[in-house]
Amino acid sequence: MSVEVRIPTILRTYTGGEKAVEGSAGTLAEVFDDLESRHPGLRERLVDEKGLRRFVNVYLNDEDVRFLGGLETTVADGDNVTVLPAVAGGAR
Amino acid sequence: MLEIDQATYDAIVSHARRDHPDEACGVVAGPAGSDRPERFVAMLNAARSPTFYEFDSHDLLALYREMDDRDEEPVVIYHSHTATEAYPSRTDISLAQEPGAHYVLVSTREPDVTDFRSFRIVDGEVTEEEVAVVPALQPVEPAGES
Repeated sequence: MSVEVRIPTILRTYTGGEKAVEGSAGTLAEVFDDLESRHPGLRERLVDEKGLRRFVNVYLNDEDVRFLGGLETTVADGDNVTVLPAVAGGAR
Repeated sequence: MLEIDQATYDAIVSHARRDHPDEACGVVAGPAGSDRPERFVAMLNAARSPTFYEFDSHDLLALYREMDDRDEEPVVIYHSHTATEAYPSRTDISLAQEPGAHYVLVSTREPDVTDFRSFRIVDGEVTEEEVAVVPALQPVEPAGES
């Protein structure tokens, strides 16, 4: 277990209140699969049938993964993944 | 209830007016668990739209890291509606993901009047709350005294 994944407040119900959990290196999709095995239900909050959920931001170190490889982004030993829900809304 | 100081209230209203007709957005951070909106942070609306707002994703990361370093949380998340009422829309409700925050809505649809209202949005439920604008937030009791 060598990747730290930081979890936002709203998703800590899946991690027993922990604000950071550990995962195994691999593609981001594999990291999420790995987390799901210990925190069931978490992946569905991050990914839908189209890929990364539109209003969930995921960062590899300092970069939004949408500018890298999305779910195929390589996450290596020692990397940090941060999940932050978008802050957004609108008139309707 | 949302208790907010006059300077922060004025900063939110003036940001909304300045960005009209685009929606303005931002947070007021405060010490984690304190419910004190102390530190006003205007954010860029990356959507730059009259009907939608979204914090730029890198600004969002920088903001949350900064709050984490300072042991803060977003006490207020504010945005403006430029042609509709200061009430959370369906989109606002479905995208609200900070259950501990006061969601402040400001309407700039009238040139001379600014509506300023505050809401809790938890699990899709909206509850309006009173807004108390005070000259300054109460000083914090020093640790060790009761």
